[in-house]
Amino acid sequence: MVSEIVEGVRRAIELIFTGDPAVLDATLRSLYISGTATLLAATWSLPLGILIGSGSFRGKRTVKGIFNALLGVPTVGLGLILYLLLSKSGPLGVFRLLYTPSAIIIGQAILITPIIVTFCASAMESVEPEIKDLARTLGASEGEARLAVLREAAPGVALAVVASFNRAIAELGIALMLGGNISGLTRVLTTTIALETTRGNFELGIALTIILLSIVFILNFATNMLKREWS
Amino acid sequence: MRKITLIWIAIVALAVIASVAGTTYYFTVAMRERRRLVVSTTTSLYDTGLLDVIEKEFEKKYPVDLYFISVGTGQAVQHAKRGDADVILVHAPPVEQAFLTEGYGVCRKVIAYNFFVIVGPADDPAGIKGLNLVSALRKVVETGRSGNAVWISRGDNSGTHVKEKSLWNLAGFDWSTLKDESWFIESGTGMGKTLLIANERNAYTLSDIGTYLKYYSDGLIGLQVFVSREKELLNVYSVIAVNPEKNVDVNFEDAITFIKFLTSDECQTLIENFKKEEYGRSLFYPAVNLMKSGVNPEVAGWIRDYAFFNGSECPPAYRDGHPELYE
Repeated sequence: MVSEIVEGVRRAIELIFTGDPAVLDATLRSLYISGTATLLAATWSLPLGILIGSGSFRGKRTVKGIFNALLGVPTVGLGLILYLLLSKSGPLGVFRLLYTPSAIIIGQAILITPIIVTFCASAMESVEPEIKDLARTLGASEGEARLAVLREAAPGVALAVVASFNRAIAELGIALMLGGNISGLTRVLTTTIALETTRGNFELGIALTIILLSIVFILNFATNMLKREWS
Repeated sequence: MRKITLIWIAIVALAVIASVAGTTYYFTVAMRERRRLVVSTTTSLYDTGLLDVIEKEFEKKYPVDLYFISVGTGQAVQHAKRGDADVILVHAPPVEQAFLTEGYGVCRKVIAYNFFVIVGPADDPAGIKGLNLVSALRKVVETGRSGNAVWISRGDNSGTHVKEKSLWNLAGFDWSTLKDESWFIESGTGMGKTLLIANERNAYTLSDIGTYLKYYSDGLIGLQVFVSREKELLNVYSVIAVNPEKNVDVNFEDAITFIKFLTSDECQTLIENFKKEEYGRSLFYPAVNLMKSGVNPEVAGWIRDYAFFNGSECPPAYRDGHPELYE
């Protein structure tokens, strides 16, 4: 157990510094796919999260409850549903998206939507009452008050986006079902880890895991720095 | 505050640039002049690395990129039926026959074979070493019921699992009742993980030779081979093209090119020599010449009994205008 991990760390460092083309390829593709998925998801999830978080309407609790529950959707299950939709004999088969990076991007974007919405709504709610009242007391209009809330909630919103990227880049089920782990086209870090594990190349699997973790760590570190700057 | 806004703008700009660059990169790759052929394959052929070697040679010769989707035989057939694959590589003759007769597959060719092995802990608690298959399995059941042996079953409807069920039948047992007994464990996972579980639990299991040799020579497992090279343990790999009449835009032309390549002398030699030096033996034996030449009539007869339908690897009704494949 220990020897595999030690060997894995050594291999990871070796792979990073020799610029192994297969590893570099999978790493860049992971970044590209999950990055695009996060941007895509953010375009509809942020407005939705802000709306739910700052609005008061009937059934708000139910809507929040639904998004909360969707946080726990199993990736293989979602992958299977989307596979059946995108398959050539499925309803969206005409678009020929199955086994392309676009299919993974769409799948991951759907997967992380509830994360952004929930976290974003909570961030809005956590600042809502005091700031809005304060802004109003200081003579701000309703729109200006909302903007003040948004500014105050920004670190929380940024965290929501980063957390969703982490989830996207670390998930396996969707990438495997919709991408097919095709070498040079849809092979990402997690599917490579799964493949190398079934091939019995454990050190390589550990090495790739370390690379994946490093990406997540660096990103989180940067977000924290940013958060500190902000407040 | 302004500094922060700048940082944010920089991050967003970077993200946009990265995704635009990625998309452009992807489309330039996708728009190349090369055609694509999607091959759904059984895991043992892909996970051993054999298909990587074949892919390299094939792509050198033809303007076609091979896209391998490595899944179990059951899932490969499902993919093909839904039109998501152009060709399948599988190893479960009864499933293949149904695939042909239901009209989904054409131009089947037997390309390679090897033998499944029954492996177990080195101290062999059931004492099956040197026994034939049926007595070995009966011995495992007997020892298992007295609490001194454990059997791990794949339980995942893969080609290997289909084989295991038929072997239990042969020995006079029913897999579906055996699996409820306490010494009988279902792993529900792939071959590699199943071997690791068997190794941890000092258990017996059925394995394909390729995965076993890889795990054994890497020192991941200490299990020994006890039964091998019997008619009933034969494992035959075939290639089948998806019928273009069932799925209109299937890449049938390149599928035939790929089948011809797999059955060519060049590729058959490639299969025979794959990792032969590393393991001191072939992982897969080529089947095409064996069936033609009569060098090993015993094994050729076994293949004919096990993997041929009505005396043919692909009855004439399912040859779809390619009789040259069967000359």
